[in-house]
Amino acid sequence: MLLVMALVIGGLYATAVYLMLRRNIVKLLFGLMVLGYASNLLLFTVGGLVRGKPPLVPPGATAPPPGVADPLPQALVLTAIVIGFALTAFAAVLVKRVYKVTCTDDSDALRMTDS
Amino acid sequence: MSTLLVLPVLIPLVSAATSLVAWRSERAQRAIGVAGTGALLAASLALANAVVREGAIATGMGGWPAPFGITFVADMLSALMVAVTGLMGFAVAVYSTAEVDRERRSFGFYPLLHVLLMGVCGAFLTGDLFNLYVCFEIMLIASFVLLALGGERAQMEGALKYVTLNLVSSSIFLAGVGLLYGMTGTLNMAHLAERVAELSLTHPHLVTAVAGLLLVSFGIKAGVFPLYFWLPSSYHTPPVSASAIFAGLLTKVGVYAMIRVFTLVFADVASVYRLLLWVAGLTMVAGVLGAVSQFNVRRILSFHIISQIGYMVMGLGLLASPNVTARRLGLIAAVFYIVHHIVVKTNLFLIAGVVRRLRGTEELKKTGGLLADAPWLAALFLVPAFSLAGIPPLSGFWAKLAIIRAGLEAEQWFLAGAAIFAGLLTLLSMIKIWNEAFWKPLPEGATVPAGGGRAGLVVMVAPVVLLAVVTILIGLFPQALLELAGQAGDQLLDASAYHAAVDLATGPGAP
Repeated sequence: MLLVMALVIGGLYATAVYLMLRRNIVKLLFGLMVLGYASNLLLFTVGGLVRGKPPLVPPGATAPPPGVADPLPQALVLTAIVIGFALTAFAAVLVKRVYKVTCTDDSDALRMTDS
Repeated sequence: MSTLLVLPVLIPLVSAATSLVAWRSERAQRAIGVAGTGALLAASLALANAVVREGAIATGMGGWPAPFGITFVADMLSALMVAVTGLMGFAVAVYSTAEVDRERRSFGFYPLLHVLLMGVCGAFLTGDLFNLYVCFEIMLIASFVLLALGGERAQMEGALKYVTLNLVSSSIFLAGVGLLYGMTGTLNMAHLAERVAELSLTHPHLVTAVAGLLLVSFGIKAGVFPLYFWLPSSYHTPPVSASAIFAGLLTKVGVYAMIRVFTLVFADVASVYRLLLWVAGLTMVAGVLGAVSQFNVRRILSFHIISQIGYMVMGLGLLASPNVTARRLGLIAAVFYIVHHIVVKTNLFLIAGVVRRLRGTEELKKTGGLLADAPWLAALFLVPAFSLAGIPPLSGFWAKLAIIRAGLEAEQWFLAGAAIFAGLLTLLSMIKIWNEAFWKPLPEGATVPAGGGRAGLVVMVAPVVLLAVVTILIGLFPQALLELAGQAGDQLLDASAYHAAVDLATGPGAP
C-alpha cells in the first residue's frame, strides 16, 4: 500500500511540474492545484496507513495501543486542505482577472513587468 | 508574561476584525489602521523589553505543555524582529493614510495590512514548524490580495508570478514538514532539534534531504540567487505603501525562517552552510548587477533587496567555518544586518512614493529637478541611500563592516570581496537615483501633477523622517543594537536558553 501511495504522490508531483511548465495560465493553475494535492497526500501518508485501528485510548490506559495510525498528520492535512482551498480559489479568480485584463492566456506574453 | 507573547498576534487580529466591522466607513478604518499598528508597536516594544530583562520566554497555547501544544517562543532574535515589524507597521499605516487611493482604502487595504502583520509576527514568534507554515500562509494570502488590489495590468502580471512561485514554495515547505514529522514524530522546534540530532547519527542523508527541501522553500520566500525572479517583477506594481511593507518584511521572514531552522532544528548541516556561502555570494552580485540596468526607482530598489539578502545569508553561511569567532560574528552580523535593512529599505520605498507623488512617475528618465523643488526630500533621501551603500556614520556601515569582518575572520576572501564589490555598485545605483531624480533639471516635456502633488505630503513625510532618525541613531550608537544582536547570536549558537524556555514535558507517557 505504501508503495502505491509513493508512486501516486510521485506521479502527482510530476504531473504538477509538467502542467506548470506549460505556457497556458489555466494549466498553470491546474498545476498548482495538483502540486497542493501531492503535498497533502504526502502529509497524510506519513501518519502511517493502518486499517481499522482508531487511535483511541482504552479505559484505564494513558496511551493508545501500539500500531494505531497517528492522528496528528490527519489534523494537519485538514488544515492544509482548507488553506489550499482558499489559495486555489484566489488563484482561480486571479487567473480569470489576468485573462480579462491582458486578453491573453499565454504566460510568455505577460512580460510587461519583467524588462 | 504569556500575554505579552500573544499580543503581537492578537492586536493585529482584533484590528483586522474591527476594520472589517467598520467596512462602510473608510475614515474609521484609517483611524483603526493607525491606532492598531500603534498598539502593535507598543506591545512589541514591551515584549522586547521583557526579553532583554529576562532572556528567552515561551508560552503554550491553551495551557498545553511544550511538545503537545503550539508553543510561542520569543528569544532575542524573535523579539528584535517583532519590534522592528511593529515600527514598520506603524510607519506604513501612517504613510498609507495619505498615499493609498480612496478605492483601495475602501476595498480592504487596512484589514489586509493588519492580517499581513499578524502573519509576520506569528511567523517570528511561533516555536512550532507547522504553525510556521500556517503563519506563512496567513501572510501570503494577505500579501496576494494587497498586491492585486486595484487590478491594474502590471499588478495582475506581477501578482500571477508572485502567487505562483509562493504557492510552489509553500507546497515544498509542506512536503518538508510532512517528511520531517514522519521521521521524528514531532513538530515543536525545540523537540525537533533533539530528535533530528539523534536521527542525523543514523540517517544523515534523510536529514540532509529534508533540510534541502526547507532550504529551497525558504530560499524562494527570501529571494536568494537562483530563486528570486518573482521579486523584481512584482514588487514595483502595487501602491507604494504595500510594496514598502513587502520590501521591508516579507523576504526577511524567509531569512528569519532560514536562520531559525538552520541554527535550531538542523544545528549542524555543514553541506547546507557551504551551499549557502555560494548562494550568498551569487545573490549579492546578481542582485546588484540587476539593479544597475534598471531605470524605475522601485525596480532598482527591488533588485537591491535581493543583493542585501545575500549579505544576511552570508552571515548564516559562515557557520560552515570551523573558526568559532567567525561563526559567532557571522550570526551577529546577520541579525544586525536584518534590522538595519528592514528600516532602511522600507524608508527608501516610502521616499520613492514621495517622488512619485511630486512627479507623477517613478521612471528616472522622466523625473528631475527635485533638488530645487524639494531640498528637504533630497536630504532625507541621502540618509537611507548612503546607509544602504554602507557609508559611515550610518547604520549600513556598521552592518557591512560586521559582515565583512566576519567573512575575513572565516578566511572567505572571495565572499568578503564580493560584499565590498556589491557595496560599491549599490553606491552607484544610489548615485544614479540622486542624479536622475534630484540633480538633473526636469526634462523637456515632463509634466508635474497639478498642485505639485503637495496634498497630504506632510503625512507621507513624517514616517520617512521617523525612519531616517532611527537609521541615524543606529549609526551613531551602534553599540546598543550590536549588544542585542550579540545576545541574539549567542542564543542562536547555544540553544540551551531556548530549550530551557520551551521546557519540554517529555516525561513518561510522552510518545
